[in-house]
This record gives sequence, structure tokens and C-alpha cells, in this order.
Amino acid sequence: MSITMPKPDAQTLAKRDYIVAALREIVPGEGVIDDPDGLRPWESDGLTAYRQPPMVVVLPESLEQVRAVLRWCARENVKVVPRGSGTSLSGGALPLEDAVLLAMGKFNRILEIDYEDRIAIVQPGVTNLAITHAVEGRGFYYAPDPSSQIACSIGGNVAENSGGVHCLKYGLTTNNVLGVELVLMNGDVVRLGGRHLDAGGLDLLGVVVGSEGLLGVVTEVTVRILPKPETARAVLVGFPDAESAGACVAQVIAEGIIPAGMEMMDRPAIHAAEAFVNVGYPLDVGALLIVEVDGPAAECDHLIAEIARIADANQAVTSRVSRDEAERVAFWAGRKAAFPAVGRISPDYYCMDGTIPRRRLPEVLSRIEQLSRKYGLGVANVFHAGDGNLHPLILYDANIPGELARAEEFGNDILRLCVEVGGVLTGEHGVGIEKRDLMPEMFSEADLRQQQSVKCAFDPELLLNPGKVFPTLHRCAELGRMHVHHGALPHPDLPRF
Amino acid sequence: MLVPRDTQDLVEIVARAASDGTKLELSGGGTKAEFGAPRACSIVSLRQIAGVVDYDPAELVLTVRPGTPLADIQTLVGAEGQMLAFEPWGQPGATIGGTVAAGVAGSRRVTAGSARDHLLGFTAVSGKGRMFVAGAKVVKNVTGYDLPKLMAGSWGRIGAMTEITLKVLPKPRQTITMAACGMTPKAAYAAMACALGSNAEISAAAALRTGEVLLRVAGFAPSVEARCAALPGLLAGLCSLERMPDEQAAPLWRNAMSGDTIQGKVRWDVHMPPRRATDLIDAVEPMGIDWSIDWGGGRLWIGTDSSDTEVRDQAHRLGGEARLAHAPADMRARIPAFQPRAPSVARLEQRVRRAFDPADVLVSGRFMEDADADQFSA
Repeated sequence: MSITMPKPDAQTLAKRDYIVAALREIVPGEGVIDDPDGLRPWESDGLTAYRQPPMVVVLPESLEQVRAVLRWCARENVKVVPRGSGTSLSGGALPLEDAVLLAMGKFNRILEIDYEDRIAIVQPGVTNLAITHAVEGRGFYYAPDPSSQIACSIGGNVAENSGGVHCLKYGLTTNNVLGVELVLMNGDVVRLGGRHLDAGGLDLLGVVVGSEGLLGVVTEVTVRILPKPETARAVLVGFPDAESAGACVAQVIAEGIIPAGMEMMDRPAIHAAEAFVNVGYPLDVGALLIVEVDGPAAECDHLIAEIARIADANQAVTSRVSRDEAERVAFWAGRKAAFPAVGRISPDYYCMDGTIPRRRLPEVLSRIEQLSRKYGLGVANVFHAGDGNLHPLILYDANIPGELARAEEFGNDILRLCVEVGGVLTGEHGVGIEKRDLMPEMFSEADLRQQQSVKCAFDPELLLNPGKVFPTLHRCAELGRMHVHHGALPHPDLPRF
Repeated sequence: MLVPRDTQDLVEIVARAASDGTKLELSGGGTKAEFGAPRACSIVSLRQIAGVVDYDPAELVLTVRPGTPLADIQTLVGAEGQMLAFEPWGQPGATIGGTVAAGVAGSRRVTAGSARDHLLGFTAVSGKGRMFVAGAKVVKNVTGYDLPKLMAGSWGRIGAMTEITLKVLPKPRQTITMAACGMTPKAAYAAMACALGSNAEISAAAALRTGEVLLRVAGFAPSVEARCAALPGLLAGLCSLERMPDEQAAPLWRNAMSGDTIQGKVRWDVHMPPRRATDLIDAVEPMGIDWSIDWGGGRLWIGTDSSDTEVRDQAHRLGGEARLAHAPADMRARIPAFQPRAPSVARLEQRVRRAFDPADVLVSGRFMEDADADQFSA
């Protein structure tokens, strides 16, 4: 395990009983957990290679309790890690030994649904899918659909700016959130945005979404809901190789089509998925594309025909159009099961999340293959082809000494490659702890300091979710004044993890 | 007026101002100079930092410098069958930098998002006179804080952009306006809400004081035809829809999104929860107003000759907010351009702004709250 967390503060650890007692005053009853057995279920999030039981878990039920917990912790200089459902794939909710884990699961009510203005106001612990379930009877849905949507909370989605397979057409969380109520580390409550579009002043809502729990604790979210498209159809196209599949994707977009979803799988991913769910994927192709269109039936018919034509022009070797809803769902079943399917062919897998300019795909895939040979670890690739978001799944066995470290180094090389070709470290999973130390690959010291000075505006004592996102902990007081002279980093005494 | 020729010039200008206490105001085409309080300060025009850096239609990504005229960009992407989906509009001379910095969006905003939703990344000079990069040049990215959101709509108060990366999207192959006439505001809102909530997938909805409701249907021809055929049935009982010829519809859309033709010496740009839009009209109608509605009720332009804050006060009471878009100088000197925020938000906004501009170099007096936020004690 190559990622190190900030050294626990001995003073905080020494006053643990005092902290637990104070939290019990604020959140009475079952809302504070401090016994070792009770803490164990909270020791990791979706990045399960990293585990750390928290000092104490607190489960507030009201805005006033959240304010009081944060205010008390700020006064006592105690760190706080906020947590939604704990499905983060980047370690965003990994507990710290000397921090309170603030779990928002009891904020689970849908407060209001306004169909005329097409919004829902919900508490942060409501799951992503529960919003859709609440409004689908009236023909609406909530568009962002991360694959963990059955479990992940909307508060966590706000923290991570979660995406999903439909975000090329419908946007990420940030494009579908109108407002939040946020509690700052000092206990201040701010309402950013609201029931209307584009509030004046600086777009603080915009920077809170995707801030990975470092700026404040969300206690209420206003989201937009959309009318459910009348129909959806999918086409499954096999190609001899990734080049021709990539060319097809480029031409679909060049011809003005923005599909609802456009997913690519490489040969190992196709084989793993087909062996798992048996949906009839062609096994003799080098790349498989699932293209879904949604909208009025007339539009779907027209676009499916166009896409089939474009696929033919790009060396498609197989092509199947879904004839009914069951078949459309079957096409997706393999893709949606790709992760567990890979879990069947390998004891462990590690999911990466870089984005690249789409035209660089063939080159990136071939270099991933070279890296795969170099590290002696297999890899299967699934790809949100429309927006260039690549999910290589690195296959390894955690029981073999050294394999996890090798898998992580392989993953880091893939992300460096993504940045090298003009892309980014993370398209939708977040930086968390996982990509924290890679941030300098993408941002200069000056860029990172500018981002961290925003953190200081919200949380000047750096108490909220420390050790995440930023590779170096600058004290806020230093940020305004420090200069880098002749490339030498100042303040060598600052903690760098 | 200072006109830096390149990024290096700009860095020097801002760094010098940061050290000697000069106040600077950033300017693109200068078409929005009369927004905000009258002020005396040095203008830094970014119009010479212009030109297209990179445009790759297949990647849906465009990188340009801020002084590039908006019209040039619309021509450039239009030639590739693409568009800026937030439908920016402006006066002749408007630049892309000013358009993004002012958070301009047209009628399509209600379904496609605003400048904030399409700004993928930028390079800028902060108020400290330092270059920094935020976001990226790909359409999907969550690496680090989303500073592009802060930059869009910041009116040049956190830094001067030197490169702007925008998401572009395919332009609809066909666009048809379905319209009804003789509608009251309440009936117009009901029709727009029904259409936007239906699966006819209209891309914009506006209503005018002259009684028209406009619904825009855009996309591929077979789909547009099918949806135009379905809409009158979906809205039966609410209004009687007919196709409006483009040449008739285009100026009406322009009026709805820009407020250009609204009568009155004072014009407010009001953002509302859509269902309260008509309540606002009812509340301020007695004072004698002109108005138009866009974004299905989410935005109103309200024109009046009154120089008090009745429109803003009523908008606030109804859950929205009003910007003072056009007014005589003496009124702009008295009344802040933006609706004052709650003290806790104002303080936070001040701290965030100073994270980029600790010496208040970019505080020109245009936005009174920049100076006023300090008065709110913690």
C-alpha cells in the first residue's frame, strides 16, 4: 500500500473519551458509535484495499446536530470525515484514525417534489435511484446514473460530481443540481443556489459540487428531474479492432448524433461479460460498441438507422438492433455486469478512471497492453466512448505478495499516460486518496496552491476530510505568501504524504 | 485603457497593480460596461489576446483566447455543424471572454445549461498576477476543484482568463417554433410547464407580453416532425399551437432572451422559481411594467421607469432574485447590481474571491458587495 495518510494527532487520540462524551451530548442515543466491533463496518469505502477504523462514528439526524458537531470539532481542533453511503471508488470517505466519521445516512427523506418546475428537494442520504423511484410514477427521472446508483447517496454524488453512462447527453451531477444547503466547518449554514437557475455572485454551488467533502457538509440538495424519454433503443456492434470502433464513434458524433449512451468493451471485457451473463455478445470481435438512443420513437428509429449505416462504413462485422425492451436491457446486462464478471476471472481487480481525447484511444489501448506485459498483470477495458472516459480493470491477486502494489503502479502508469495524451486523472470517480499523489502530473504547484486556497476560504484550519485530493498540506497562512524560487519547493518541513 | 498584447504583458500589469494598489477592471468588448455601479478605475482590455488555439470538432472541444469576438466563434463552429449550446447572445463587439465571465445564456439555457455548464477549463492570471490552470480540455473531468464554475459568471473578479476551453455540441439539423397567441401570463406558464415536462423534448420555452407563447422543437427532421405533430395534443386544453415561420419567430426569441426591446428606463433581469414568475408579474404590474419570460418561467426581463427596488424586493419575497441590468447612472450608484446575499454567503463569497485576489486588485467598485462584505461580522 503506497498511499500514506497524515500522521494521527497524538493529542486528539489521547482525548478520545472526552470527544465521544461530547458527541453523545450532541447526538444522544444510538447516534454515536465508538466500540471496536461497531466501528469495523465503517473502516473503508468502495476502495477496499485501504482500511482504517475511524476514531468514532456519529450519525446526526438534524441540521442542528450537524452544526453542533462541526462547531464543537472546530473549537476542539478535531478532524471530520464526511460520509454518504461509502461507495466512493477513490477513498474519498476513508476514515482517519484521529477523525470523527460524520455519516449522513439518517438524512434519508425526500422533502418535496415539484413536477411543474421539475425539481426535487431531498436530504443528502437519499439514494440516487430512490429519487428516480419517487418520481417515475409521474413519468420523470433523475438523470445522472452512476453504476452504484442503487446504494450511493445524492450527498455523495454532490461531493464526487458523479456521472454515469448517460452523462454525455444529460451531464454530470453538477449539471443537474440547482442548490444545496451546506454547513461549513465553523457551523455556519449557507444556502447556495435554490429553486431557480444561475444565482448571482460567484458560483459557489459549482465549486462545492465535486469538492470531495473538503469544503462543507451538504444537508439538503435540490435536483432537477427530467421527463422520461418516450422510448430507448440500443444497437450492439462488433468491430475487428479498437481503431475501427473508435472511428465509428467519431463519425457518429461528427454527424451530429449525441447518443444517450455509447459504451465500448475490449476483447477481454467482452469474454468475461459473456461468460457471466450469456447475453449473446459476439466473441470473435476485437471491440464491441453498445450505442443507445432515446427520445420519441420516430427519433430512435431514424438514429438507429443512421448509426447502423455509420457502423457499416467503419468495418462493423456484426450488428444487432434491440427489437424490444427486453433485448435492450440484455445488451446492457453484459456491460453493467462487466465489473463483477471480471471479478469472476480474477481474484481481485482494480478499476481506473482516466479520460482521454477520444482520437487517442487506439494508441492508449496499445500502450496499456504493453504496460500489461511489463507488469505481468492482465487488463480488461470498458470505455464510456462518447466522452472519452476509460475504465481499465487491472486483474491481480491480493493474496500474492506484491501484486497489489504492482497493480497500483500499473494503474498510476495508465493515469500518467492519460495525462500525457491530453486527458485527465479522473473522469467521474474523484481524486480521493487514490490519485492524490498523481495530482502534480496534471497540475503545477501554482495550480494546486490556487485550488487549496479555495479550500482555505471554506475551512481555514484544514479539519474537513484532510489527506484527500491534495498531495501536500499547506498551512493556509502560508499560501498567500510563498514563492517557488528556482524550482525549489519552499518549507521542506511541511507534511507531504 | 491598458491593452496587453499577450499573456506576459497581462501578468506584468496585474502583478504591478497588486504591488502598488491600483484597481483594475477587466474588459472584453466593453458591451456590458454599463452594468454595475459607475466607477473610476483602470480598464484592462483583453481584446488583443484573441484567436483560436485549438478546435477539434470530433472531440467536441474548442480552445480560444478571451478577446475573440463571439460572432467569429459562432461562425467557426457553425461551419462544422456545431454550436455553443448555451446559446450566448450579445451586442456587436461582444467577446467570448466577456460572454463567459458574465455567464450569458440564451433561451436554450433551460434545457442545455449555461456558460458554467460548458466551460471545461481555462488558463488565467489571478489577482496575485500569477498564471494558473484549472479544469481540462476533455469533456468529462472531475480532477480537482471545479474552478471553471467559479470563473463563469464571475465578471472578471477572480482573474483574467487567457485561454478558454468550451464544450461544443452538434447544431440541431432542424428547428421549428410552435406558438400560441392571446395567452395570459398564467396560461402561458401552464403551457410552458406542461411542454417542458412532457417527452416532446422541447429545447426552449418563452412567453411575451403581447400574448405569444413560443415552444422550440429542435433535432433531426423525422423527430422534429413527430414532436411538432404531438405537441398540440399534449397541450390541448391549455392552448392552441401552430407553427410559426422562422422569420417571425427569430426576433421574438431574441426579445425573450435578451430583453432588448423591453420598455422602460430601468430593466431588471430576474431569475425565479418558474411557478412564481407570474406571481411576480401580478405583484409589480400595478407600478406599470413591461416584461418577457424565458426559460419556461425561470427568467424574466422586467422594464419599468421606477427607480426604487420594488421589483427586486418582490422577486426576493417570491424566492427569486433580480439583477439591475440597465438603469441610469445615479440609480446604479445607489443600488447594487446583484441581489444582496445572506450575510453568511456574502462572507464566504468574499473569502473565496480573495483566495484568487487577496489584495482586491479586481475590486473596481462595480459590485458594491465586494467592498461591503467586510461589514458583516462573523
